Amino acid sequence: MRLMHPRGPVSEGVFARMLRGPSEGALGIPFRTDGSAETILTDDDLQIALWALYELHYRGFTDVDERMEWDPQLIAVRGRLEALLEQAVRGLVAPFVSRAEEQAESFQAALENVIQSSDGPSLAVFLQRQATVDQYLEFLMIRSLYHLKESDPHAWVVPRLTGGAKVALAELQYDEFGAGRADQLHQELFARTLRGADLDDRYGAYVELTPAATLAANNVMSLFGLHRRLRGAAMGHLAAFETTSSLPCRKYAQGADRLGFSSEVTQYFDEHVEADAVHEHVAQRGICGAMVSEEPQLANDILVGAAANVHVGNLEGSQLISAWEAGGSALRRMEGVAA
Amino acid sequence: MTPRICGVEVIPDGPALLRGVDVVTDGEGNEHQVTRPVVAVCLCGRTQRDPWCDGTHKAVQEAARKAASQREDRATR
Repeated sequence: MRLMHPRGPVSEGVFARMLRGPSEGALGIPFRTDGSAETILTDDDLQIALWALYELHYRGFTDVDERMEWDPQLIAVRGRLEALLEQAVRGLVAPFVSRAEEQAESFQAALENVIQSSDGPSLAVFLQRQATVDQYLEFLMIRSLYHLKESDPHAWVVPRLTGGAKVALAELQYDEFGAGRADQLHQELFARTLRGADLDDRYGAYVELTPAATLAANNVMSLFGLHRRLRGAAMGHLAAFETTSSLPCRKYAQGADRLGFSSEVTQYFDEHVEADAVHEHVAQRGICGAMVSEEPQLANDILVGAAANVHVGNLEGSQLISAWEAGGSALRRMEGVAA
Repeated sequence: MTPRICGVEVIPDGPALLRGVDVVTDGEGNEHQVTRPVVAVCLCGRTQRDPWCDGTHKAVQEAARKAASQREDRATR
């Protein structure tokens, strides 16, 4: 993947530095320091800059020197963007986490309470019942940003865990990473879905068209995964992800069937109906339960991570549905840029 | 050779997780190959992918919760 186009002054400064390669000199970037959670989470410029900075730690860009992954100036910028994102996410989820902590009688009950705190429209129901073929294709394009690196952001946490939690995360990820079969790697299953829908299956192919809220949902996973202090949030996020996947995946598959897509498209979702019916228990009890037994102080962050998955996901889903219900496209408009 | 241990973990109000299993035989005697390190077997009897759990118990529990809450609302009116 080549570095994408900037979306404002912050990403312009960051991308120019990336392309310049290792060099001296400070990076002067005009930063905002505040804004509502929704403003930060839907800011194209901030989210694409942070997404690209994180991407240096995954598979990088063919036109960016690999040494830029640890460029001190870029790391400093990343830290400032992460502080904004973390503040926005914690602000967004605070009421849901507080309510769960007050009402629930146990940690597991609080975790379940947070995971069920969704107050947004259901993207899965929309796709199951009323999406058009074009809208379904847009959904696949937008979701490809994550599913082609599925489970990678949570893998950063493995060396930060011990005992039962580590074993449970490895058990879950072994399944995500194909259970010993390269053709069953979930990232590859989604690539097959894209090919089945005549879409581009290359990693990052649709990042230019991906709206800010989806970038934010991806950035939240990298934020949690790349900071050891946020290991609780990373695993809470994973637990919510797995727990809210099985039933929606059945609806995604039914939507694809309704629209006449082939079994190549639905196989990924079919696989997740069964896989995630297992993974949710491994994540909630095996990973998060063991972490809290070992380090009780992580309980709050686990709930924050779970709520972040639910409510940043809600923001993303409601923006997609709003765009489609208004008769438009949910993809980002590329004014003056050849796609 | 170390003996293989099969584990069964029953999830409250959920499925049973099986580990170390190669084949699951359902009530009608059909054999189902296991391809995952851990599988969830349906205990509520409502799955559409017998013998595997497909999460249907959650939809059933949610519907029951909503019905109970509506009954409560009517009773307090």
